[in-house]
Amino acid sequence: MNAIETLLASVLQKHASPSRREFLKTSGRLVVSFTAASHLAPLAAFAQGAGPYPDPDYKQLDSWIVIHQDNTATFFVGKTDLGQGTGTAFRQIMSDELDFDFARTTCIMGTTNITVDQGGSGGSDALQTDGYPMRRVAAEARRVLLDMASQRLGVPVGQLSVSDSVVSVTANPSQRVTYGELIGGNRFNIALTGDNINQTTGIAKMKSVRDMKNVGMSHRRDDIPSKVDASPVWAVGVKVPGMVHARNVKPPVAGAECVSVDESSVSGMPGFIRVVRERNYIAVVCEREEQAIAAARRLKVTWSKPTAAPFPSSDKLFDYMRAAKPTSSPAPTANGDIEAGLKSAATRIEAEYEVPFQGHTSIGPAHALADPSNGQMTIYSNDMKSYGLRTGVAQFLKIPRDQVRVVWMQGPQVYGRTAADDAGFEAAFLAQQIGRPVRVQWMRDEETAWDTKGPAYVMKMRGGLDAQGNLVALDYEALAADYGHLGYNEFDTVLIAQLTGRRKQTPAAGGYDAPDDMYAVPNRRSAGHVVSLPLVWETPLRTGNLRDPNGPQVTFAGESFIDELATAAKADPVDFRMRLLTAGKTDDPNFKRARSIAVVKAAADKFGWAPRPSPAPRATGDIATGRGFAYAYRNQTVVANAVDVEVNRRTGRVWVKRIVCSHDCGLVINPEALRGTIEGALLHGLSRALHEEVTFDAEKVTSVDWRTSPTMTHADTPAQIDVVLVNGDPNPNRPDLQHYGAGEAALKPMLAAVANAIYDATGVRMRRAPFRPQRVLAALKG
Amino acid sequence: MANFTLSVNGRPQTVDVEPTTPLLYVLRNDLDLQGPRFGCGLGQCGSCTVLMNGVATRSCVTPVSAVKGPITTLEGLAKDGQLHPVQQAWIDEQVPACGFCQNGQMLTAVALLQRTPKPTDTQIRDAMAPVLCRCFTYYRIQKAVKRAAGVQA
Repeated sequence: MNAIETLLASVLQKHASPSRREFLKTSGRLVVSFTAASHLAPLAAFAQGAGPYPDPDYKQLDSWIVIHQDNTATFFVGKTDLGQGTGTAFRQIMSDELDFDFARTTCIMGTTNITVDQGGSGGSDALQTDGYPMRRVAAEARRVLLDMASQRLGVPVGQLSVSDSVVSVTANPSQRVTYGELIGGNRFNIALTGDNINQTTGIAKMKSVRDMKNVGMSHRRDDIPSKVDASPVWAVGVKVPGMVHARNVKPPVAGAECVSVDESSVSGMPGFIRVVRERNYIAVVCEREEQAIAAARRLKVTWSKPTAAPFPSSDKLFDYMRAAKPTSSPAPTANGDIEAGLKSAATRIEAEYEVPFQGHTSIGPAHALADPSNGQMTIYSNDMKSYGLRTGVAQFLKIPRDQVRVVWMQGPQVYGRTAADDAGFEAAFLAQQIGRPVRVQWMRDEETAWDTKGPAYVMKMRGGLDAQGNLVALDYEALAADYGHLGYNEFDTVLIAQLTGRRKQTPAAGGYDAPDDMYAVPNRRSAGHVVSLPLVWETPLRTGNLRDPNGPQVTFAGESFIDELATAAKADPVDFRMRLLTAGKTDDPNFKRARSIAVVKAAADKFGWAPRPSPAPRATGDIATGRGFAYAYRNQTVVANAVDVEVNRRTGRVWVKRIVCSHDCGLVINPEALRGTIEGALLHGLSRALHEEVTFDAEKVTSVDWRTSPTMTHADTPAQIDVVLVNGDPNPNRPDLQHYGAGEAALKPMLAAVANAIYDATGVRMRRAPFRPQRVLAALKG
Repeated sequence: MANFTLSVNGRPQTVDVEPTTPLLYVLRNDLDLQGPRFGCGLGQCGSCTVLMNGVATRSCVTPVSAVKGPITTLEGLAKDGQLHPVQQAWIDEQVPACGFCQNGQMLTAVALLQRTPKPTDTQIRDAMAPVLCRCFTYYRIQKAVKRAAGVQA
């Protein structure tokens, strides 16, 4: 046994009963089943053979579902669970379609050679998109099993009943057979159809929502036990024989060129193996981790500074963006005539809003272990998009895809960071160069400075009210610093491709977003422009998808301005929104208008929102209190946040002491896991509202650790969070009620809700995020 | 290189490393422990927390030569196959999202409850504030600390 197999065996010993330590040979692959320890499922991949690693065929039922002799089931899905409980939810919907006992199921996710390629995670699409093929293949497995039971028991399918993977004759329940007895250990050999993986289907139809008994139950998340008991489920903890440690040496100034590397400056250090350099990519490889850290720090590298500044300093960013010539100005969306509408208005107001670059700043910096054994390349990674990493690495290393596999394991929060998984590419590159397994670990300053960033925005809003205070014109025009937006694990845009000069020629065009709401405004325009900073490649200010990539920025402008308009109309902010929502008489196919109305009402009701215009009457004393409201939809999910704040007039500190979030993501699979996900998204939004900002001088990023890049802490935590799960569908009990995404939407309105509450408390409008104490204090002093 | 003998989770362990080696790497790489994690290497985030003499300590900035007293890691909390009440409270409140920082959250909570068995809300916030979570599970963590302490949430 190698080290990994030893580890696997010890884990199985610890967590799985002997009867469940069942090794099943299917389709030429060894599948390790350990039902009770489903949270350890990714470890199953360790037991795989030496390669190559062809793709599992999504058109074979056996690629998705394996039923074992002991009447347990393993589901194989091509998603990754970043800690929102999607793996548990997949088990719930598949158990229901299959009529399987939930407790006897396991879900294996995201490992490229044993799970079909559903793309990993991203865009909160796990249930909205990928849940459907899972449901259909499980329904198909049930159909096949019932046919088998019909033959075995000698009665037509119509006279059979099935519950918890036991099929019985309805008229004579003592005549029964289990799924495990019918197929355990054998292949289904059932072909599926569908032009792409999202359309995968068999003959069977999905169940009515009414017949799904695990759906709606708060089953405990199966990933949690291993996260509290130090189980070896983490990509950071994988060890393989002969592995070595690497640390990168980044350019000290953005855009600097490496002139020379003096390897002799470190070659005598303990454990030193090699310096690997290709153009501006430099790494030091040593036997031990602390040796690699020390050598990377000591390595003498001569750099030449760029002749032009790579970017303006962060305090001049917005001026720079306003003056920059846009790289593109995609066509606006519009209805009515915005200029005529503004001209006809009795009251016109305008305002500009600014959101800086904000980073992912993961709690654990980028990391991966790549093993080149057996002429293959195995990467142990927390990459949310493990399939893209596999393809990208194969292209980058110029080796066949079948020689690369990614074993997906638990890791620090990603929320978009690993969509371009720098460390995975670097580890594979170094492993190829060295010929030994290499573990790459970014350091804190490297991660905070060089991770991908959410784009900075400047947004100009104009609005017009008629004499009765109705909104008759609404204009939005954005500048988004998003040129060169990074793709998903592209072999020619990840950082090592840029630094080595193996990059593509043309940067991505980037884009901008506009507020997502269902307000009916007779004259409305949403326009925007993409702008570029001077340095496009090899820059620490590369933009990528940060949780709800543009939503917090554009909703900050949109929903702050709605409050400004409500104040100008002397209207209550919730009443003002409700008028705009109910003014529209048409709905979209997923009833977003009806659901928006329901969500806004639910948040106001739960909050105890008594109508009055904002701001609140002024009070004396250091602590000013106020309330704020904001609403948005993201894709099909609708959310409204209402907050209570305290603003300390003496220190400028803002404390959000209560959050009410009403949330409609359609059919709820697991309410408790959903609430946890929503709470996390709300507080992520709060952290971005109050603290997060990438700072830089004209050479480099200067926010490089948790002191210079502050984040929300326990001290900022609200005293109360109320999540209201809403089903605002006009026919809430319809049998085909859909399940939508929930990973990001609740974050979206938070910046605006907090800004609106600060205004309500103080009469001071914050149009520049984040609302750090010194910025609030300066605004209060006016 | 030099030999250092540490008491880790009640067992003596001898390692041969440079005296400046951070305890974190000794625990992870020499003793194969998964609990303490590298988050910043600067003592700022708390992901690497261990208990040294029962005190929550940042192993990433503690040289192995500076270790004085027994070390307890996340692996050492469970006794006789029973999770520590803090671990159980973390499951009961369904706390973790990604889970990476929860090592530091749980060990800091254990140290708090040893010192202050019935903490107030303010004491919980103050004691836990230095441990960062980028999934923002703070609200549930605070509930779980109260649950473990047997004080009303």
